[in-house]
Amino acid sequence: MSSMSDQPTTAVDLAKNVRNGVAKAVDVVDEYLARIDERDGEINAFNLVLADQARERAAEIDAMISVGRDPGPLAGVPVALKDNLCTRGIPTTCSSKILADWKPPYDATVVTRLRDAGAIFVGKTNLDEFAMGSSTENSAFGPTKNPHDTTRVPGGSSGGSAAAVAANFAAVSFGSDTGGSIRQPAALCGVVGVKPTYGAVSRLGLIAFGSSLDQIGPFAHTVRDAAVALETISGHDPGDSTSIQQGPLDLSDTLDLGVAGLRVGRITDLPKGASPDVEERLEAAFDALREAGAEIVDVEMPAFNYGLTAYYLIAPAEASSNLARFDGVRFGMRTAAPDTNSMYTATRTDGFGAEVKRRIMLGTYALSAGYYDAYYGRAQKVRRLIANDFAAAYAKADVLLTPASPTVAFKLGDKASDPLAMYLCDTYTIPSNLTGDPGMSVPFGTGEHGLPVGVQILAPALKDHVMFQAAATLERHMQNLQDQNVSAS
Amino acid sequence: MGDSLGRVPDVPKISAADVSKVATLARLSLTDDELTTATAELAAMLDHFADIDALDLDGVEPMMQPTPLANVMREDIEGETLDRDEVLSQAPLTEDGRFRVPPIIGIQD
Repeated sequence: MSSMSDQPTTAVDLAKNVRNGVAKAVDVVDEYLARIDERDGEINAFNLVLADQARERAAEIDAMISVGRDPGPLAGVPVALKDNLCTRGIPTTCSSKILADWKPPYDATVVTRLRDAGAIFVGKTNLDEFAMGSSTENSAFGPTKNPHDTTRVPGGSSGGSAAAVAANFAAVSFGSDTGGSIRQPAALCGVVGVKPTYGAVSRLGLIAFGSSLDQIGPFAHTVRDAAVALETISGHDPGDSTSIQQGPLDLSDTLDLGVAGLRVGRITDLPKGASPDVEERLEAAFDALREAGAEIVDVEMPAFNYGLTAYYLIAPAEASSNLARFDGVRFGMRTAAPDTNSMYTATRTDGFGAEVKRRIMLGTYALSAGYYDAYYGRAQKVRRLIANDFAAAYAKADVLLTPASPTVAFKLGDKASDPLAMYLCDTYTIPSNLTGDPGMSVPFGTGEHGLPVGVQILAPALKDHVMFQAAATLERHMQNLQDQNVSAS
Repeated sequence: MGDSLGRVPDVPKISAADVSKVATLARLSLTDDELTTATAELAAMLDHFADIDALDLDGVEPMMQPTPLANVMREDIEGETLDRDEVLSQAPLTEDGRFRVPPIIGIQD
């Protein structure tokens, strides 16, 4: 635990030091690789550590600096990538047996942009198989442990990426968020995690789960690091037809503007279920923003409560369609059988884990003849009601505050046998995936057992920068408290 | 078999025969034990999802995706494509620059 209380160097400072020649990228990378070597056996954040490639790339970065070239805003920053982001020639498994040996023939757009910005990839991180889960226990390669308490889960599905930053195996990492898969693990691991506005970041090369819901976003130690990371990967990509036709998000410039006059919404009919310690931290966050000059306003969102149902009909429906491509023909494993139909079935039965099969079946059912109108069709209408509720709320409030997760990190195995209990972890994060609005979790103190609590900030589409202002204010509040404690002791 | 809120469905919404049919459609094979478990789990979920049954959704426009974008087009011009050998090198079985699969017709269960 002692290493956790030391302030990790921020990505912004690392890049500044490397660009100024104060630090060598090779030394930075060695320091991170040494930490991985020392502790990832216990945490299991990584499916694959790219030690040799990382050292090679670091030497290239240093060589660029020595001849006066600028490697970019993330020069020498050790970065971890969720293992559902395609990396050319480097295994990309989705933590599934079905893709265990597959090497993509191209890079995801975010991977290209990060490399072009000088980032150094230290590894591919563990996830719930195909990003389906809230604990990273549904991995074909074993669970990831929470660095704050290794008997507990890191959250999921991007648990490996969240744990990698929490254990300082990487300064920044990237995950994907379909129903909370960045924000919930960020909360449980005590790091910043952002799901940007849908379409702000290209999904090209993200292995699809729910195409109308998936977004890639960063994990970081600080709000500013998350801002710089998101600026780097955002902006239009002609390779993704759902990519918004505008340049990168501009977040850093307005980060320190504060929240004076900002209207912060409290959802009065928010679904129950958050534990008292989490509720207490949420109240403290409202107080902190009020003290900083924000105005707290009440909003009602009756349809918020139906988000879980709408999501668990829509996301599995999209997944059942997206995962039809894993059939033993073009990539991954094949189980031999005498004809194609039985080969498809044998391959998928052997290759997919229990949760993936469960969701494929749920989605296939929701889309099947006779049930489409009752399930998928109705869910899409409920999705509209939720969007209408958000529109009404955002007429009164600039941002909304909720818990990111109903509880602090739970014990490994606690919810593994009850799929519905696991699904309820996403109650507060799911609605903004349905609407495409941005959301982020920012660490805001501790709850039960001294474990981290995250507060979720939600904002309207393309108001990511306003969300970041509120996050920076909460971060500053915690920093001030910490500084006071240090000077008092 | 109740859900995590302790509610027990009056009439199961889904039978083992339904689940078996769904598994076939999804190209998945279930053992008898797996079928029993899956049926109970899906029934509990569908019961939980019945919370939207009471909503009046007449006249509500379905929301398919979150962006205002529609029918994004591009110019029909030549561009880079993936390297064929690189793609095929990752397939389970290939022959003469193509994916190889077992017979499509002739053997059926």
